[in-house]
Amino acid sequence: MTEVSVSRAPLLAAGRRQQMWGALWFLPLMIFSLIFLFLPSIGLFAGSVAGRHGPTLTYYADLFQAQYLDAYKVSIELSAATAVIGALAGLLLAWAVVGGGLPRVLRPLTLTFSGVASNFAGIPLAFAFTSTLGPVGLVTLFLKSLHLNLYAAGFSLFGFWGLVVTYLYFQIPLMVLLIVPALDHLHTWREAAMNLGATPLQFWRYVALPILRLPMLGALMLLFGNSFGAYATAYALTSGMINLVPILIGQELSGNVVFSPNLADAMAVGMVLIMVAIFVVYIVANRRSVRWQA
Amino acid sequence: MKRVSLGSVFVGILALLYFVVPLIATAQFSFQVGSGQPFWAAYASILRSAQFWQSLRLSLGMALAAVAIGLIVVVPAAYWAYLRAPRLKPWIEFVSILPFVVPPIVLVLGLVRLYATGFGPLSSRVTLLMGAYGVVSLPYMFRSVDTGLRSMNVKGLTEAALGLGASWVRVMFRIVLPNIRQSLLGGAFLTFALIMGEYAISSMLGFNTFGVYMLLTGQTEAQGAAALSIIAFILVWIFVAIMQWVSRDALTTVGGSR
Repeated sequence: MTEVSVSRAPLLAAGRRQQMWGALWFLPLMIFSLIFLFLPSIGLFAGSVAGRHGPTLTYYADLFQAQYLDAYKVSIELSAATAVIGALAGLLLAWAVVGGGLPRVLRPLTLTFSGVASNFAGIPLAFAFTSTLGPVGLVTLFLKSLHLNLYAAGFSLFGFWGLVVTYLYFQIPLMVLLIVPALDHLHTWREAAMNLGATPLQFWRYVALPILRLPMLGALMLLFGNSFGAYATAYALTSGMINLVPILIGQELSGNVVFSPNLADAMAVGMVLIMVAIFVVYIVANRRSVRWQA
Repeated sequence: MKRVSLGSVFVGILALLYFVVPLIATAQFSFQVGSGQPFWAAYASILRSAQFWQSLRLSLGMALAAVAIGLIVVVPAAYWAYLRAPRLKPWIEFVSILPFVVPPIVLVLGLVRLYATGFGPLSSRVTLLMGAYGVVSLPYMFRSVDTGLRSMNVKGLTEAALGLGASWVRVMFRIVLPNIRQSLLGGAFLTFALIMGEYAISSMLGFNTFGVYMLLTGQTEAQGAAALSIIAFILVWIFVAIMQWVSRDALTTVGGSR
């Protein structure tokens, strides 16, 4: 008995000391995220509700003025359009490559290229599309020689659909990278279904779509967020002339004061809230789909 | 074996057109220099410009700083979570992927609002830029560290080393880091690809990073813009190729410097 109690006391003390030491290992992450992520976010929130005489919601009410509401609307429409088109096109491309419809050698090539293209964004991407679909871009001129005048027909690279076409250059590859793991999985399901006598239509209706629903939802959310926070591509293409939330925040920051700082804070908080909503859906979809695959 | 399907070929051709034509158009545009000059004149003038090298060096230096921050911040926390506190792992993961919900332009607004008017060393623009890049690359650094730690026997190796009398420092530098080196390299090159052309944060903080240099040059020289676009594409290709080669993990970035 005595032996046990004697040996236990130092052990417990060691355990407690170890817990204290253990906290130290987390300290860098805690301090860093506090200083560079949490405090600035809290600061923005504080700024967004700081009135002259105590807390106020005026700035959030101001967000409902036509110009700012429109910025949110355009931002959300742009993100939704690029997310939906990007997800569908990415799914088709991924299935063409991993589903067996195209030669196998294309698979690693497509994945590497997707890794590159999904990271090829911002200023250089805007330049590339200006050379392609700008007023004197190669494709614009080529189509003009076929008597198809894009710009006379109302298209502009520097407007909404121009941005959509450009964003898809990183959205589609991102979708390919996100969905290929789920499709790899689908491949074995298809063989099982076909062996049991299912038609391709039955396979898609009863097997593939139910399996893909959640991964697709999660990927859609990531694509939406990917485009919602984008600044550089839109700024370079439109010279800051498009009414998007990030562009408005950028105007405030770079000193073209068109509205009050507190209003910019409120806009930023509004962006974060939308991103949080997107992210929550993503996490739920992701967790459920992982469970389903396991 | 299965035959090649018509629908897939159609999709493949469309994708090839959409992804390759812009590159061809950009390359073609970058070669359209005035008569009497060699077709690579735009490239030559960029590669000769001191600003190009300065901005590229600044961007890559900052990317390196972001990687270093990621190492210092993520490795100890993730390691300890694997070793002794598995309960805390979801929390570390949560904090590490949280930057996703704060777009870069919002992040830089928050940083400028809070620190630019004076908080000692924190109000220095370089600190803010490094911090912001550290935040932006945090999710990818976490993922690469997590992948590395998962594939090694953290508990067994640590206890064996401690039992043989190694110090914690030695365990960290001789056991943990060498074991996760490969996935760390993957995360590092992904961060390079991400930070290299970053524009929003650095332009707001007033730095001439590669992204800012590209925009400023592109506004005045059309051929130069196209040439820079091709150069940036090649750089991203190099970083992503190295990343995929060392880590065999189809990592990708979301948000970041778009």
